Amino acid sequence: MVVSCEQVWLEISNYVEGDVDPQLRQAMEVHIRDCKHCTAILEGTRNVVQLYGDERMIDVPVGYSQRLQRRLEESMPRPRRTFLGWMVAAAAAVLVAGTYEVARSAVSGPTELRSQHAQPGKGVPPDLLVIVSPGGKLFHSKVGCPLLHDKGNIRTVAARDAENEGYTPCDRCMGQYL
Amino acid sequence: MPEAVTSLEDPAQKFNEEMLIRRIRDGEHELFYELIRPYERRLYAAAFSILRNEADAEDAVQEAVLKAFRHLRQFRAESRFSTWLIQITVNEARMRRRRDRSGMMESIDDTRDDEGNYTPRDFADWREIPSESLERKEIREKLAQALDSLGQKYREVFVLRDVQHLSIDETAKSLGISTASVKTRLLRARLMLRDLLAPGLGGSWTSKLSFEKGAKPW
Repeated sequence: MVVSCEQVWLEISNYVEGDVDPQLRQAMEVHIRDCKHCTAILEGTRNVVQLYGDERMIDVPVGYSQRLQRRLEESMPRPRRTFLGWMVAAAAAVLVAGTYEVARSAVSGPTELRSQHAQPGKGVPPDLLVIVSPGGKLFHSKVGCPLLHDKGNIRTVAARDAENEGYTPCDRCMGQYL
Repeated sequence: MPEAVTSLEDPAQKFNEEMLIRRIRDGEHELFYELIRPYERRLYAAAFSILRNEADAEDAVQEAVLKAFRHLRQFRAESRFSTWLIQITVNEARMRRRRDRSGMMESIDDTRDDEGNYTPRDFADWREIPSESLERKEIREKLAQALDSLGQKYREVFVLRDVQHLSIDETAKSLGISTASVKTRLLRARLMLRDLLAPGLGGSWTSKLSFEKGAKPW
């Protein structure tokens, strides 16, 4: 298969994308190797894609992030709980706490904490999905938490199970529950 | 070997997003900004490519982000959150552009793909513009000017695919055009930009780029 310069230009964008069939790609490679003009077209096209794809190319106006954040805050509905809602929440909390205590005492007594210095969580919703790693002592709500070690070996569990395994809540990313 | 340009997705980031989305849906609304923060600059770039006005682009992003918040329950995890967010922003910006242009005839040139192939104009050896030069504001401005000089339909496709890193399919869906049109417009946009940046043509400034003595960036 032999391709002309015009055919190379027509396919150069797909070529850069890796979106041409192997036979055509090989023919283009052979052509480009021997054609100074098409080499210049390919190099320029790649350079364009590389430059504009760079995050540094995006300039935003001064104060853009702050204004966006403020607009969001102003427009967010304020969470309100009705009297009935408070009653249901209180009842649920008592039930959860009771169930947890019964389960703890019935199965194996108090769980041994992985960290001797940390305190077990009290306000953590038991069904909240959290992140733990085998070598860690804490459980986290964010993969990006700087206190989460061994990020290549993490797993997700319910907070209830993490606590049962002796993990305690990270005060950096789970502070709101402590 | 050609280098495939692919949309990269960080599994840890996706996981973090899923968790944030669940918590926001459960009522922790204040976490929404944390969810969109990694994309706020890209959203601005998408809106600006359509509206070409800083204030309008910023307004469009704010409105789009609020819409995303209100409709978060409609987001389906099988698509990327960033793509969903960008699509909402593109829709918002396009809607504003239509509204602003109401009463004006839309140019045929804006909707129809050019017939015939684009022939590159500069065949001289390519003088590479190294990524490091993007640290310089004047270089970024020159590149932005070149992009700005493209026709709307080429700029939109180029920005979504090459700046936002959406896939060809995602770009087509965002703009409501076929993948074949995306590929045609992308080809022309890339070749036109290449010509605009070529030292022999509009990019004569690239010859004046100064680099450290002895260091050859190309």
